[in-house]
Amino acid sequence: MAAVEQSSVATPAAARPNWLVRDLIGLAVILAIAAIGYFLFPNNLALLTRILAIALLVLSIDLVTGFCGIATLGHAALFGAGAYAAGIAAVHWGITDPLLMVVIGAAGGAVAGLISGAVILRGHGLAQLVLSIAVVNLFHEAANKASAYTGGSDGLSGIAPDPIFGMFAFDLWGRTAYGFAVVLLAVVFILLRLLTRSPFGMLCRGIKEDPIRVRAMGASVHGTLLKMYVISGLVAGVGGALNAISTQVVGLDSLSFTLSAESLVMLVLGGTGSLYGALVGTVSFMWFEDFVSAANPFHWLTIVGALLIVVVLFAPRGLYGSALALVDRFRGSGK
Amino acid sequence: MSAVFQVQNLRKAFGGLAVTQDVSITMNPGDRVALIGPNGAGKTTFVNLVTGHLVPDSGKVILAGNDVTSIGPTPRVRQGLVRSFQVTRLFPDMTPEEHLALAVMQRSGRTGAIFGHYQAKADVMAEVGELLAALGLDHIATRKVAEIAYGQQRLLEIALALALKPKVLLLDEPAAGVPQSDTPRIEAALAGLPSDLAVLMIEHDMDLVFRFAKRVIVLAAGAIIFDGSPEDVTKDARVREAYLGSYANDRSAA
Repeated sequence: MAAVEQSSVATPAAARPNWLVRDLIGLAVILAIAAIGYFLFPNNLALLTRILAIALLVLSIDLVTGFCGIATLGHAALFGAGAYAAGIAAVHWGITDPLLMVVIGAAGGAVAGLISGAVILRGHGLAQLVLSIAVVNLFHEAANKASAYTGGSDGLSGIAPDPIFGMFAFDLWGRTAYGFAVVLLAVVFILLRLLTRSPFGMLCRGIKEDPIRVRAMGASVHGTLLKMYVISGLVAGVGGALNAISTQVVGLDSLSFTLSAESLVMLVLGGTGSLYGALVGTVSFMWFEDFVSAANPFHWLTIVGALLIVVVLFAPRGLYGSALALVDRFRGSGK
Repeated sequence: MSAVFQVQNLRKAFGGLAVTQDVSITMNPGDRVALIGPNGAGKTTFVNLVTGHLVPDSGKVILAGNDVTSIGPTPRVRQGLVRSFQVTRLFPDMTPEEHLALAVMQRSGRTGAIFGHYQAKADVMAEVGELLAALGLDHIATRKVAEIAYGQQRLLEIALALALKPKVLLLDEPAAGVPQSDTPRIEAALAGLPSDLAVLMIEHDMDLVFRFAKRVIVLAAGAIIFDGSPEDVTKDARVREAYLGSYANDRSAA
């Protein structure tokens, strides 16, 4: 009893620096892994950049699924909206400054988040899931039909972003694009860590755990979730814009159900509700997919499927969540 | 003293079954009222009507002079009508400190902030500290709710309601499910409620009712059959017939 009281008295004072330090360590680890990736795979930077863009999409799903408990299989709508917004701005309006394109992509994603959130949040459970699929299919169809702007099924090409700050031109090897992607991801990640610990983030966690209790506290559940959906759209939109800038094309696949489902799988693989899990899941899934499809072009999908079954059955909290639980157990037994 | 809470001629029927029949209650600040009644008397329906989870067929709910009958449950909370739950509704993964900080920030309109940490807000932490101390929860402030005892969770329910600074507090069986050894702590918490707060407690435990309430309302078949002092309630023939019969017999046998 005395030990319990001692530790709980000590915690509040130590709590604040604790999470700040942990976040800075997390950021350092992300940057270190990004640097290692750069030196280990100098000829594969396009894939690494694509992983970072998708990581932003998966982070954005984590915001609504992991932190708010909303089920969605249509989140690529937000990613694709960001990609098309940035692409259309570049091709049709001549806005080719990469930072401005990212801002426009974020805005496009936010608008898509507002629209799809307004629809999806009408339903619960299975109905919500079906609505989310309907939304991404409608977005897909809209982009397909508006071919004058989007290029339809041929995709939107001819995106030629200016050098960043007029100094760093996008090169053939994708070095600039990769650096740009790492910086964007790091900035977004830190902002999201702050967001999830903010009063608003706490309210979202509360809604996930018990919406009735949140209402009984006088808070609007629907308004809070819609706001989170818009924020999630901002993040996915940045990812979409990054993808448009780095690949210089936008295709209909960026608005597809397949991408929505795959990115949800990546989140579940890594673990929901921590942001780190989203990153771990994206990197492991996409790296594994690339590795296995090169090693065995005929059976790679089977192998990916088998891996997923193993993870879901034996590590239901995802790779990151399960690793964390293991560490906790070792610490617990060490005491 | 002007009434802080009035229920006027509330009626509700589900199909042909009248579950609330012409119920009227007036409460002043500082009132300690217990609402009792046998199972199926319509207590839960009454709570749902008052909190806005059900819409009455007719009648009014007036909170601090404002007619709140037509507004939803959430705005009613913001106007000062707060309830606790019969079965604890808390966030299992959050700590008591986080629960109370969230409630305090919600009350003061600060849960929309997307940056900033509650531990950096001195006024929030001070209020949370006071509430934790008042309910005797300070030693478990940073443990996850899923890991604390049920009696402590019930106390946190009460603290959470108080953090919203209500004008009227509806306590739905605050001692339900609490082991006998912990009920004195719940009773102490109830005794320590702010003296200007109007409290309506729905409770089955008659000992608790008699110790807490200055006034008892008995609901049977959706209608009020008694509204008076705890001393008189056991003497009332209709109440004995409807509800207390077995209890009174048990007591005399014991």
